[in-house]
Amino acid sequence: MSLDLNAIWFGLIGALFAGYAILDGFDFGVGSLHLFTRTDEERRIMINSIGPVWDGNEVWLVTGGGALFAAFPMVYATAFSGFYMAMILLLFALIFRAVAIEFRSKKPSQSWRQLWDISFSVSSILSGLLIGVALGNIARGIPLDTQYEYAGGFFRLLNPYALIIGITTVALFMMHGAIYLVIKTEGELHDKIREWVNNAIIFFVICYVTTTMATLLYVPHMTETMKSYPVLFVLPILNMLAIANIPREIHHRKDWRAFLSSCASILALLTLFGIGMYPYMIYSLPIPENSLTIYNSASSPKTLKIMLIIALIGMPMVLTYTIAVYRIFRGKVKLEPTSY
Amino acid sequence: MDLLFLSRLQFALTIAFHYIFPPLSIGLGLILAVMEGIYLKTKNPVYQQMARFWVKIFGLIFAIGVASGIVMEFQFGANWSAYSRYVGDVFGSALASEGIFAFFLESGFLSILLFGWNKVGPKMHFFATIMVALGAHFSAIWIIVANSWQQTPAGHHIVGEGLKARAEIVDFWQMVFNPSTVDRLSHTIMGAWQAGAFLVLSVSAFYLLKKKHAEFARASIKIALVIAVFASLMQLVTGHSSAVTLADTQPAKLAAFEAHYSESAPAAMYLFGWVDEKNEKVLSGPKIAGLLSFLVRWDTDKPLTGLRTFPPDKRPPVNFVFQTYHGMVAIGMILILITLVGLFSWWRESLFDKKWFLRILVLSVLGPQIANQLGWFSAEVGRQPYVVYNHLLTAEGLSKTVSMSEVVISLILFGIIYLFLFALFIYMLNEKISHGPSSEDLIIEGHRV
Repeated sequence: MSLDLNAIWFGLIGALFAGYAILDGFDFGVGSLHLFTRTDEERRIMINSIGPVWDGNEVWLVTGGGALFAAFPMVYATAFSGFYMAMILLLFALIFRAVAIEFRSKKPSQSWRQLWDISFSVSSILSGLLIGVALGNIARGIPLDTQYEYAGGFFRLLNPYALIIGITTVALFMMHGAIYLVIKTEGELHDKIREWVNNAIIFFVICYVTTTMATLLYVPHMTETMKSYPVLFVLPILNMLAIANIPREIHHRKDWRAFLSSCASILALLTLFGIGMYPYMIYSLPIPENSLTIYNSASSPKTLKIMLIIALIGMPMVLTYTIAVYRIFRGKVKLEPTSY
Repeated sequence: MDLLFLSRLQFALTIAFHYIFPPLSIGLGLILAVMEGIYLKTKNPVYQQMARFWVKIFGLIFAIGVASGIVMEFQFGANWSAYSRYVGDVFGSALASEGIFAFFLESGFLSILLFGWNKVGPKMHFFATIMVALGAHFSAIWIIVANSWQQTPAGHHIVGEGLKARAEIVDFWQMVFNPSTVDRLSHTIMGAWQAGAFLVLSVSAFYLLKKKHAEFARASIKIALVIAVFASLMQLVTGHSSAVTLADTQPAKLAAFEAHYSESAPAAMYLFGWVDEKNEKVLSGPKIAGLLSFLVRWDTDKPLTGLRTFPPDKRPPVNFVFQTYHGMVAIGMILILITLVGLFSWWRESLFDKKWFLRILVLSVLGPQIANQLGWFSAEVGRQPYVVYNHLLTAEGLSKTVSMSEVVISLILFGIIYLFLFALFIYMLNEKISHGPSSEDLIIEGHRV
């Protein structure tokens, strides 16, 4: 693995999407768990736990998409036109999530709120599922023609492997969101959610083991780099340790550490995904020659260099005020007149 | 109905719907910063109340702007993948910069704006407001850079041939400051300030007519009117400058705006009219001969490039842009008139007494909205048949893997969902306006830290 501009951008795109998965991941998790709460106040606390931050979290997706467009336009073009209907569905889910958060508590009517609660939860689950299915297909490989255009249909995307990854993603976000909620809530709701964490971990671990087995059996090309560099096995081991650490920290009420472990686990999973894919961006099955790699899909070295400068100037600023905003809104959620 | 038409229709629908919101956030962002600034300086609680009320409206506008904006980020790849491959090297970097420099800033500090009243001090809140307003303006800068490059490509070269051809950056700053960036950016920003200012004028005039929140409304109107006068008058300058650049860089578009066919004649300006594209003439329109030549070249006799210079298949739809362009100009003039009448009445100290004028102000909110849309239709349809002017035809930019039925389904779904969102937006906006500024916000002097 030589470190050139293309490889750096592969890493940076990965970092942007990892940032997205970690941050919007708990938003989706909170949304996925939303309907498990019963009272109106509890549901308002759920929504307001992500109230000040979900919007900024979504910007990671927008920026990731923009960076993909700039650095690997071929991948951007092939993926989003190839996954057209899935992509439109994801957009609708994101629209409904945003609108549900904004409008739910604006009227006292019970049926109004019930409608938006369902919309919030379903769109959150659907978003996680679709993102996972897309990742699953990219890992497994999709048929590309010699022009690097997707040569399958919508239903081809709904294969068992991709669906397993989709469900795993939902489970991961649920676990992540539950831990986040433990930090942000207090009282009865807090105690209830603390119990959900364990269930979510079990759900996630079952999915994770299934995913790992399925990958080893059916998607051998994802494991090749790992075979050539056995030292990389340290990653799945660290990942396992991070996951195992979560119930331990939750038990000792070190909720922040549990959350960091969950973040580490998401990061490790995406790193494993990146290592498995490298140097491919979209793997072509059954004809690997038509694959999009970090070289045949990239922008010119000049653009990659300009973009690198932009990222180096911009991202430290982004991180600074992201951290500042999280600090300002730290602590347990309190409902106020300006809350959702 | 073919795939090209439906894909363009979908793009037009999604961008036009989205574009209701960003100009409002840009204009309202500026006004919010002014309101909070005045509050910090004067400590008059009415400005605090104002800021708190308009922040709520801002939040609503922003939410739908984000929800509809995310569609735009991915639609290039989804429906226009050949275009995306062609322009990615150039266009993508502007789009990514928008994310890094604008959206993060805007959405990060927005949370402080909406929910931070009791968590940060008034100065920090003011700072957050400025950052949100800046972020909104930055996003305009980068998206206009990207769009202007499509209008007047510069700073790039073409690599490869046929299907493999694509644009690559040679000079980043030349790409950023391509010939039309500055003109189009200033014209767009002024349009956005108008959108924000006229919204405030409209709502405040409504309160005065209803004899509610009088002090709040009067102070709001004064702030908004100053910005509205400035922005409306500036549209003369920025619009003029845009036209001069157009004459040099996109002559077919300018010629289509005034249906100027003749290759070597001075160009006239019409007040209104209807273009008979088949016979290449304007039916029944009052015109001033040589005025376009005069405005662009300072000489009524100077010829301007006419549409006949271009083969018929390389001309934009003439009557369509003729109508949208003249609609925009007409509304622009009316808005100038309204703001000048407002200024005059303010000077005569009768601004808040004339019922007829307040009624006009209530309706005036539609003016910038319609003019902004018409302006964009003129700019984008006027570039046709190209998606990247003189480089790539719109028809060549389509995705090859997306089928007619897929676009039909997505178009119908977008239509239904956006109609629903729009109804919801108007409904909630109406609720907030009827509720009005909260009297509790008036009592709180300064913030708890």
